[in-house]
This record gives sequence, C-alpha cells and structure tokens, in this order.
Amino acid sequence: MTTARTWLLADSPNSKLQANLGNGYRMMGALMRNPLAVVGMVILSMLLLAAIFAPWIAPHTPFGQNLGARLLPPSAAHWMGTDELGRDIFSRVIYGARITLMIVTLVAVISAPLGLLIGAIAGYFGGWTDKILMGVTDVFLSMPKLILALAFVAALGPGIENAIIAIAITSWPAYARIARAETLTFRNSEFISATRLLGASHSRVIVRHVLPLCTSSMIVRVTLDMAGIILTAAGLGFLGLGAQPPLPEWGAMISRGRTFILDQWWVATMPGLAIILVSLGFCFLGDGLRDVLDPKQGGKS
Amino acid sequence: MTAPLLSVENLRVSFPTPAGRADVVKGLSFDLGRERLGIVGESGSGKSMTGRAILRLIRRPGHQSADRMMFDGLDLTTLSEREMRKLRGARISMIMQDPKFSLNPVMTVGDQIAEALRTHERLARKDVGARVIEMLHSVRINEPERVVRLFPHEVSGGMGQRIMIAMMLIPQPDLLIADEPTSALDVSVQAQVLDLIDELVRNKGMALILISHDLNLVARYCDRILVMHSGKVVESCAAKDLHEATHPYTRGLLAAVPRMEETRDELPVLDRSAWSGT
Amino acid sequence: MSAISLKNLDISYQSKKVVRDVTFDVAEGESFALVGESGSGKSTVLKAIAGLAPDWTGEISILGQARSHKVDRDVATRCQMVFQDPYGSLHPRKSVDTVLSEPLLIHGLGNRNSRVIDMLAAVGLDQRFRFRFPHQLSGGQRQRVAIARALMLEPKVMLLDEPTSALDVSVQAEILNLLKRLRREQGLSYLMVTHNLPVVSFMCDRMAVMNKGRIVEIAPASALHDGSFTDPYSQSLYAASGGNPDRKEMA
Repeated sequence: MTTARTWLLADSPNSKLQANLGNGYRMMGALMRNPLAVVGMVILSMLLLAAIFAPWIAPHTPFGQNLGARLLPPSAAHWMGTDELGRDIFSRVIYGARITLMIVTLVAVISAPLGLLIGAIAGYFGGWTDKILMGVTDVFLSMPKLILALAFVAALGPGIENAIIAIAITSWPAYARIARAETLTFRNSEFISATRLLGASHSRVIVRHVLPLCTSSMIVRVTLDMAGIILTAAGLGFLGLGAQPPLPEWGAMISRGRTFILDQWWVATMPGLAIILVSLGFCFLGDGLRDVLDPKQGGKS
Repeated sequence: MTAPLLSVENLRVSFPTPAGRADVVKGLSFDLGRERLGIVGESGSGKSMTGRAILRLIRRPGHQSADRMMFDGLDLTTLSEREMRKLRGARISMIMQDPKFSLNPVMTVGDQIAEALRTHERLARKDVGARVIEMLHSVRINEPERVVRLFPHEVSGGMGQRIMIAMMLIPQPDLLIADEPTSALDVSVQAQVLDLIDELVRNKGMALILISHDLNLVARYCDRILVMHSGKVVESCAAKDLHEATHPYTRGLLAAVPRMEETRDELPVLDRSAWSGT
Repeated sequence: MSAISLKNLDISYQSKKVVRDVTFDVAEGESFALVGESGSGKSTVLKAIAGLAPDWTGEISILGQARSHKVDRDVATRCQMVFQDPYGSLHPRKSVDTVLSEPLLIHGLGNRNSRVIDMLAAVGLDQRFRFRFPHQLSGGQRQRVAIARALMLEPKVMLLDEPTSALDVSVQAEILNLLKRLRREQGLSYLMVTHNLPVVSFMCDRMAVMNKGRIVEIAPASALHDGSFTDPYSQSLYAASGGNPDRKEMA
C-alpha cells in the first residue's frame, strides 16, 4: 500500500501512465477530504448500484400488477407501499434509477460536448464567428428551459427519447457560454501562440489545447446542472410528455400519485424522495468537484 | 547611534504546504535607523514577505511571528489591528511593484491622493487640494492641476508609479518600504523614479527599505544591504563594500549579472550546493 | 543568404500603424538584437516575422524565402520562437513529454521517444523531468522546456522575445549560457528582443535600437563597450541602462 502510494505521488514519474495516475490520485485524495463530496459520491454510487443490480435488489417486478393489493401503505412486504395497480413502489423506484441514470448520462453526453465545442470555437476565433454563434446561443438562453423542452416534445411526440433530446437541446447554451468565457481568458496566451507557430492547425489547437482547459469547469457545471436535468425530466414525465406508462419513471410516478395524494401519500412521496436524494447527491459532488478542479471559483482557501 | 527606528528580532513567516508548514522567512533580525536599507534576493528568498510582515500584512493562511518588532517605541507584535491600520500609511508606507494594481481604477488620481491624506489628518478641503497639488509637484509631475482629474488608466506606467509615491508620501511617514518599485517600468523611467524616491527620503529624513532583486540598483540607492537567500540573511554589508562581499551566494549573484562591457564567453553559474544543504 | 531579411516593413495593429519602415538583415549564424523601451514596436516586429501579427506591408523573408501573412507549416520548420513568460508559454495541463512530442506529431516525424530524450539532454534538463507538469517546474526549467520545444523541429532561425526578463539573475545566466551554447552547437541564427543592454553585450553581435516604431540606429554590440552611439536616443538609452562613466569606476 505504501509503495503504491509513493509510486503514485512520485515527484519524477517514469512514464506518462504514472504521471496521469498520480494526478488522478491527488485529485481523488482532495475530493475525499471534502465531507459533502463524499456524501454526494455515496448517494450517486447507490444510484449506480441500484440501476445495475435492479433485478436482484427489487423484491417484485416493476410491472407486475396485483389488483388485489392496490394502494397498500408501506409495510414489511411492500417497503414503500403499492400504487393504484398494486405494483410495488420500492421496486419501481429501484428500476426508475435506470431511467434517471440514462436520461442524465445521455443529456450530459449530448449537450456538454456540443456546448463545449460551440463555446470554444466562438471564443477562439472571435469576430463574426463569435457573434453568430453567441447570437444563436442567446436565442436559446432567452427562452425558459421547461417551456422550450415542452415545445420540442410537443413537436416530436411524447416519449423518453424525445424528452432526452429536448432537454439536451435546451441545456447546451449555458455550457457554450462558460466554454467561451473560459476560452477568452487564454486564447491570446503564449502557449496557444507557440502551438500555432509549430504549424498546428486551428482544429488541433482547439481540440488538444483549448478544450482540455475548459473541461474542468464544464464537469463542475454539468454535475451541478444534473439536479436541474433530473427535475426537468421529472417535470416532463409529470406532464405526461416524458416516459410513458408503464415505465417506472419517477416524474411520471409522481404524476400518477397526484390523484391519491391526500389519502395515499406514499404513492407520490416515495419517488419524490428519490428525486430529492439524487439531486442532492449531484449538488454535493458538484460543489466538491469545484473545490478540487476549480480552486479559483471556490470561495474558501 | 540612538535607538533604532525599527528593530526586528527573529521574524518568522510560514505558509502551510501539503507537507506541513514551511518557513519562508526563517528568523530574520535587523535594526534600522534613519537610513536606507536594501534587501536583495531572488524570487522565493522571502524578501517581499519580510516587507509585508513589518506592516503585519501577511494574509491567512500565512502566519508570522517575531520575538521583537519595535517601531519608534511601539511594539508592532502586540498592537491591535485597528492601531496597525492607523500606523500603515501614516507612519509606515509601502510602494508596490505595479501601480496598475495598486490604484483604484474608478477614482481620479487627485481623489485617491486626497483620501490618503484625509484618512490620517484632519484638514480643510481647500488645504487638502493645495497639499495634493504640491505633492504632485514634488514628484515632478507637470501640470498637476490637469493630472488630478485623470483616472489611473489615463496615465503612463512611470507617471502611475510617481502618483503612487505621492500617495504614499503625502502623510509624511517615517518609514517607506518600496517593494520592487520600478521593475514594471522602462529603464529610463526607472532611474527617474528611484532618484525621486531617494531625494524625497533624504530631504524628509525618512528611513527607506528598498526591496529588489537587482544588486547593482540596491547598491546605488542604499547605505546598507541585506542579502537574503531562502528566508535567511546570508550577507549584511555596507553598500559601498558590496563588491568585496564574502558569501559565495552574493559573489555568485554578482558574477552572474551580464555587464555592459561583457567580454566573458560564459557567465559563471551559481553552484547551489556550495552553501546550503537543500 | 541572410537568415532574416526585412524590407520597408510597416506593421499595423487594430488599424493603427505601430511600426514604420523597418529594414535590416540578419546574417546566417548571426545573433542580432532589437532593443528599445516598451511601446517601441520591437516585439511587434518579432511577431510579424513569426506570423502572429498578420497586418503588415513590405517584405519579410526567412532564409531567402519570402513568408506569407499567415502562420504556415513550412516556416515552422525553419523558424521558431521562444516567449518571454515561462509561466504563460507552457500549457498548464500538459507534461513536458507531451509538449516536446507535439511538434513531431504535427509534422509526422518518427522516432519521437529518442528525439525527446536527446533534446532534454541538449537543453540541460534531467530525464526525471520528462513526465512532470509545468506546475512542478521552476521558472528556469520551464524556459528550458520552451527552448526545447522550439528546437524540436530543428529550425535554423530562432526568434527570442525577452527570453530571460522574467527570470532571476542566477537563472538568467544559466539560460543565456544555454542559448549561446545551442547557437554554437547547432549553427543557429538569433533575433532577440530585449530591453536589457548588458544581455545584448553578452549574447549578440549587432543590434538595432528602436524608438516609437522606427529603427533609429543599427550598431555593432561593441558600441556597448565604448558608448559609440550616434543617435541621441540610443545614447540616452545607453546612459539610462548604466552605461555611464561612474558605473565603470564602480565595477
């Protein structure tokens, strides 16, 4: 253990792999010293485990109806009670983790790189490129996110895939803004000039030199935005425009539970708790990541 | 010699690092009369931290301590923050490296100098204006009546630094600490600014601590020199004896500077292992 | 054939002319200095030669070939630049190895491993620095990496923009010695921008004094020994830099 540690923290690493692993180890260590970040990581690993091992964790199938056991309150047999079709809510929440995770991952995979690239190109070239790209970005930014997503889903038709596309389309402009601001701070710096003088093409400079410097603030921002994305997805689900029944999506589950909220509170509350917990997890982790990756933005020390 | 103006004993400044606290100033002691003292060293020698520590301006997480730090009968180590604030500017002033970062960009030059004066002295508004103009005159600014209405971005680097000097000297301090006052300036302006500081210090009988990395510059403008290396004073000598310095570090530094009439084919390089284990 | 040849070069920056009518030749193997104070346009001339200040008229040729207004790959293999600020000229997230391999990757040159190892040795950096990141290096070590990066493509002409002004004196001496040795060993030509006349005296053969965008005098470096400048501005610059009689007595 000690030898692995000294190897990782070596001042003079002997290979690229050792240097990169060492950097990762230092960052991980810094993250581990932040209690909130650890809480966030624990929550998110629970989400991940729940999604992967859903069939083994869930005591019932998420779709199995049992009209004889409708709307039962939480008990030893049904930890979170049952819904109006007699399905086990706990099992549905566990399976819902898969959907939530899918939404979050796909949105991040689509919108973050898109925003990053557009922002970096705008910031790097400046001039007309910047004006046009940022004009488009501003148009998207000026519209409320949920309304825009609603419009897209209405046009594309309800469904989980379309909800993901709609959320991705509405969330890239914020990332483009950040990436542009970040790029402006170093686009005239000497290391960019030096790389250009070596004969590197613009695309090489953007991909290999500009983007890596924007990613850390991007990761922080995306993590902090995850909560918002989950809520938007849940909102779309709640309005019946996201995941369609019988998919156990948390927002849609709350929507179904709304009818019984006064008499059978658990139907809407349990998926709601799951949403709160996961959003909180992302926020905690995002704050921790900011302190580690982006020390100049973090308030303390 | 009478009792020194400033007496520092065993001054230490430390900063936390992942491997524990590291001292950047390691037990510095010196006495200063009404004279011109130069502190020379390379980056990381602790020279700037020494200047800031005298004014108790070490920001957290940095930490400073001293066995004794007496300024004109006042114990600087025990004064409250409030008393320190009264002292800074009024009795001990500091000129920083770059005027661009030390002047408030949204206040006119005249207002800033007037504010420096007003925080330390009660004066009628008319007198303040007259004193400001007079001070700008004495730092050789032409047309001071016009300059007082300018904003910092409208003046050149050399003029900015002269305005800083005017601001620092207008409350008539007893001690002026100048931390690399000219390294952001062109050579021709450098000499003018230093000559000016020198003249004002002599005329007003102030004490001066000039902090710089430039040995020759310090030798020209100071009476006494402390050479610092990694937090310690390695050599203390009269400025005129600098070229007979004995410590290998000082000698190495002197030799490493290229000369105007350079004939050497290679510059001697400091052998860092010669005087310290690190 | 001269290493760098400038004819009637005018350079504009944001549609304002900052350099006028600059003409000089740097011979092959020569070390030539451009001196002047801030705002004299000396760095702008260097940028125009490198291709970073595209708004110019006149003629710039490097090793006999006229250069275009854009940054081009062909010039890159003949002419490289070292920047002033060792803290700003290295990408903060890239290791020394990555920085030095990049020019080879861009130009599709093979044998990268051994070339990087050789270059580290040539600029006097121990092999244990190879996988370090810039924040683990001192200012002098960073400048060595920047010099190594410029030399990776084996150019014959080097543009040096105040390469030591951000460094401590003792480190400056090391870097100046290094530059002098590399020039001798690899037959390089230097065009160096500086405000420090003693550095010119140590490093260069000839110098051009610039003031307000124009060259006021071209003099041999030996003029620094005896002060034999003809232009009043060069004389005042010489005097302000400590090249006066009472300085001589002191030394």
